[in-house]
Parts: sequence; C-alpha cells; structure tokens
Amino acid sequence: MAVAALSHPAPEAHPTSTGLNSRKMLFWAFLGSECMFFGSLISTYLIYRGRDSAGPHPHEVLNIPFTSFSAFVLLMSSLTMVLALAAVQHGNLRGTKIWLAATALLGMTFIAGQCYEFTHFFYDGLKLQSNLFGCTFFVLTGFHGTHVTVGVIWLWSLFMMAVRGKLPVERALDVEIAGLYWHFVDVVWIAIFTLVYLIQ
Amino acid sequence: MATTVAGVHAVPKSESGLWSWITTVDHKRIGVLYGVTALSFFLGGAPNVGWFAYSNLTSSQYSPGHGVDFWAVGLQILGIASLAAAFNFIVTIINLRAPGMKLMRMPPFVWMTLVTSFLIILAFPVITVALVFLLFDRFVGTHFFVPSGGADPLLWQHLFWLFGHPEVYILILPAMGIVSEVLPTFSRKPLFGYPVVVYSGIFIGFMGWGVWSHHMFSVGLGPLADSFFALTTMLIAIPTGVKIFNWLATLWGGKIELKTAMLFALGFIALFTMGGLSGFMHASPPADLQQTDTYFVVAHIHYVLFGGAIMGVFAGIYYWFPKMTGKFLNETLGKIHFWATMISMNLTFFPMHFVGLLGMPRRVYTYSPNMGFDTMNLLSTIGALLLGASVLVFVVNFVNSIRNGKPAGSDPWGGGSLEWAIPSPPPSYNFATIPTVRSLDPLWHKEGREAALAANQVRGPIHMPPSSYWPAVSALGVTLLLSGMVFGWFVGIPGLILMLLGLYSWAFEPVT
Repeated sequence: MAVAALSHPAPEAHPTSTGLNSRKMLFWAFLGSECMFFGSLISTYLIYRGRDSAGPHPHEVLNIPFTSFSAFVLLMSSLTMVLALAAVQHGNLRGTKIWLAATALLGMTFIAGQCYEFTHFFYDGLKLQSNLFGCTFFVLTGFHGTHVTVGVIWLWSLFMMAVRGKLPVERALDVEIAGLYWHFVDVVWIAIFTLVYLIQ
Repeated sequence: MATTVAGVHAVPKSESGLWSWITTVDHKRIGVLYGVTALSFFLGGAPNVGWFAYSNLTSSQYSPGHGVDFWAVGLQILGIASLAAAFNFIVTIINLRAPGMKLMRMPPFVWMTLVTSFLIILAFPVITVALVFLLFDRFVGTHFFVPSGGADPLLWQHLFWLFGHPEVYILILPAMGIVSEVLPTFSRKPLFGYPVVVYSGIFIGFMGWGVWSHHMFSVGLGPLADSFFALTTMLIAIPTGVKIFNWLATLWGGKIELKTAMLFALGFIALFTMGGLSGFMHASPPADLQQTDTYFVVAHIHYVLFGGAIMGVFAGIYYWFPKMTGKFLNETLGKIHFWATMISMNLTFFPMHFVGLLGMPRRVYTYSPNMGFDTMNLLSTIGALLLGASVLVFVVNFVNSIRNGKPAGSDPWGGGSLEWAIPSPPPSYNFATIPTVRSLDPLWHKEGREAALAANQVRGPIHMPPSSYWPAVSALGVTLLLSGMVFGWFVGIPGLILMLLGLYSWAFEPVT
C-alpha cells in the first residue's frame, strides 16, 4: 500500500506538524495494531498449551534443528533488507536490485520451509482439526506465513520498480517502509520460534 | 510542533453525479457512504446469540444457518473499515494540524477522536482474532471454542471483553467530546478546565484496557483477579467524574441558551451520571453477582449507551446539522423530540433497575405472574413505544429540514471553534488558505476571528488528495472476498482478484 511509483519526481510532501513523514507514522501505528493481532494469537496458543489429551503433541512433531535453519534464513533476510535500504539511500541501483532480490528469495526459502514442515506434520497425523495444538499452531504460524508471503510480493514489486528505474534516492522511503514491515515479521517469528518451538 | 506552510495544488471544483461519489475524497461524502453501507448488515438475518455472542452458543451445533456467519464476516469487514479510518485520523490529527494548532489547542472532539482511534487500532485486532477462531470453528471444524475438544469457553469471553470494554469507550468518548463542544457554545463560556478534560479522556483510554474482566465476575476468576478488576473499575470512575464536574462548572455562571443541542447535552450529563452510578454499583463483585444477567445490567447499559452515547450523538447532530447542510433543524420539533426522548427513555429503562434487583433475568421474555414484574414491565413497554415515536419525530424533522429548513449562516450558534468560520455547507477543501491558530476558541478572540475569516479567500492553489476509484474497488473486493466465506467460492474468488487489483492499482497511483 505504501508503494507508489511515479514517472515524474514527486512534489514536495505536505509539511507535517511533527516533521515526521505521515506514511511512516501511519505504518508505525499499523505495526502497533499488528502487535495486538499476533499478541492475541500467541496468547491463545500459550493458554491452550498442554491441554490436549490426544496427540500428536508438540514434542512428537516439532523438528527444532530444521526450524532453526528456517529461522536463521529469515533473520539473515533482515540483514539483506538493511543492505537494500542502504543501497537505495546511496543511489546504488545495482545494490538495491541485488539486496531486494536476496531478501525476497530468503523470504521464499522460509515459506518453502514452512510448506515442507506443514506437509510433514500432516503425514505425522497433525491436522488443523486434530486437537487444540493443531488448531492453535496452524492458525498462528499460518497467519505469520501469510504475512511473510505479503512481504515477498511487496519486495518483488519494489524489485520491479528498481528494474524499471523507478526507485531513485527520493523514493527510498518506499523501501524503508517495506523494511519496517519485514523486520516486524521477523521479530514476530523470533517470538513464535521461542515460545512455540524452544519452550515446549 | 505545528505545521508552518500550506501545500499547493489546484482549487478543486464542486462535483456531482455517481462518479464523483465513487471517487470522492470529501469526508462528508465518505461518512454518508459509510452510513449507507452499514445498513446492509440487515441483509444476513439475525444472529441469535446476544450481542456478546458467548461460545459455544455460536457453534454450528447451536447456531445452524448463516446468521452467525454473516455477523462474523460483517464484523471483520467493519473492522477493516474502522482500522483504515482510525489510522487516517491518528496521522491527520498528529501530523497535519494547521499552523499554531498545538495539541492543547485542539477542540475536545478532535482530542476524543484521537483517543478513540488509538483504542480502535489496538482493540479491533483482538476481536478479529476471536472471529477468525470462530469462523475456523464453523467452516473448517477446528475446536477453539468446542469444550468436548478440550477448549475453554472462557477464551471467547476474555478475547471478546478485551475488545469489548475498550469498545464501550470507543462509543462514549466521541459523545463526551461532542458534549464538551456544545456546552461551552451555549453557555457562552470556554470549557472549564480544558486540559483536565483532555487528560481525563486520555486516562480513560488507558484505563479502559484494565477493566475487561468486570464483565466476567460471575464466572469465578478467583479473589485476586476479582479484587484487581474491581479496583480498576472503581478507579476509572474518577476521570469520568472529573469530566462531569468540568461540564457542570462550564455551565456555572454561563449565559445559558436552551437550544435543542444544549438540551441533549444536558440530558447526556444527567443520564450518563445515573448510568455511571449503577455501573459503580456492579464494580463490586459481590453486588455484581446479584446483578449479572438481570435487568439491572440492561438498565445500566441503556443509561450509559442510550442516555450517554445516543444523547451525545443527537446533541452533535442538532449542533452541526446547520454546518453540514446549511440549514437549521426545526427547533420546535427538536424540543418535542428531546422531551419525548427524555421522558420515554426514563420510562423504559428506569423500572428495569427495580425488576432487575427483584431478580428478573435478561433475555428471557416470559415470566410467571405474581412475581411483581407486571406493572414495571408494562411501564417499560409503554416507554419503548413512546421512544420509537420520538425517533419518528426526529426522522420527520431531519427530512423536512434538509428540504425546507431555515437557512443557517456560517456561524448559527456563535461558536468559538474554527469550523464556524467557513461557509455552511463547507466547500470540499474547507479553508481556502489554512489559517494560523492562536487559541483554543479563535472565533471568540478579535484577531483570531479576523484571521479565520480571511482564510476563506482563495489566494492560490489548494492541496487536495487526488480522486480515485481504486479505494471503492478494493472495498468491494474485500466485501466479496469475505462474503465468499458465507456464499461460496464463486463470490470469494472474484472478490480476491478484485481486491488485489484494487490495492495494487491504488498503491501504484501517482501521489500528489
């Protein structure tokens, strides 16, 4: 939503009362709202943890080494995101393209890992309807995966803008806002990984 | 911390026709569109689960049919709309103020809108998650709220009230803001203790997050939780009381004009105070255990939400109708409307205190004779019929006044805030030149009045957001997508495509 392409340079934005950019301010408010969204999902998972009599139980299906690898991939994508922002802010078009694509590809790797993980769980007998662990786990991680997917689409859109030369230094804010979103999704994954996988 | 220079763009022309409505950026028109679409809620059939829809009454087993589905999906769409509006309000209020419009010079209604918007963006995600769980339960067969699957039925209650209690402040804070604008105008005095009114509003916004379990005393949360929520509930009465005394002090020694808007504002104070007192009574868990699920609670909620929010909204309608339409609402019919509402409202809801304390349960429409409920219920019935009639008076007045109301000038009430400086109805750009603000009530100061009036002269281009039909396309897409959950994929898939097309095209539109 915050992406905007323009063939001619943007006229100077509205002067703002705080001096902060309005789109950025809105995006921080949006992230606050998202905290409550994921907070409710994670709380529900924690409240229902350990209430199942019938399996599969978390320790029977969760594969910590594998998910640690996907978590590492997602965390590295935050690094490439920072590099993409630095590149666009310095007018480095080649770097912008490389690091945006790298971030998107790392995000796609994470999604692929999640697809593999979900399929694996399915054949281990853990379905959405199996038990409370199934409901809360799939809905929580599914919503997180959806967020990553939206982020990947967003990153490829920015990449296409860069390819067409529509991502000059003046539009660095577009990348910065996408970065805010991307880092937020990463931070949420750290919380999910810790609370769901590591502390069983 | 205020804006210093105005943006520049061409002066917009006034437009008419269907297309201008679809692409509108005019907030008055957006409000009308919002109201019209809200009526589509009635298409889906009634969700027979009470307004807080406790699980597992909402499960497919106890609520077959599409009533609950339509309600849940409708609330999700409403949530998206409210979130979008709230983000917009927050950024506009914090970041796009006129030069000199410091935070502590903002009209109280704007302040309360800001607090309400923060409540919306933090409370709506919680109900969104609860409804997602419910929809998964109903469509996919999960058991978030199915006790036989090990679920805790209290989960819904916690999620619902964690949203639901901030929601009651989402309803009442704007009404408090309206009253804080109407009272000074018709008392010819500035609002007494303006900063304190603002701070108590903010304090209510914070405290509104710490009281939700007082709706759940009867489930037995244990002495610690009960004491905590009883204390926070009693605490939140303090800023509310502070506001009431500020309003009374605003009236004190004022030159009071009893116009209809003022009558409704005074009615708000009286009725909301009564609702607050009964609310304070069930802040105490032992008293609440007696009152839960009786008509006493029904009386309380109607005193705060009808006597409070609705009276406040009526005050606002009578106050700003001349600004919105350029015509007065008829004062005689307005006074009939007020007194009929005031009398019938009390006739309907006051007896409910008594039948409630006598033990009459809510939501059960029958009772055996000789319980002592008969006379009181007869009074409530008569009151309810009168209440309906009084709303009809308002509808007649509204329709008549839009057609042949007495013309109202730009400043029919002699108000102090900036909206009274521009013509009625306002042009889509409001001020031709953005005025510099030097006080809370600029029109009551000589230099402020001159500056505000001067700002009506067009001196150059005006910054307006560009017209676009993509927001309407995206909204239609979201609605079809979520309706697809009820009606099937043949509605949902086109909705998804339309939504993506709308959002994507909207994002790539040139910004100006």
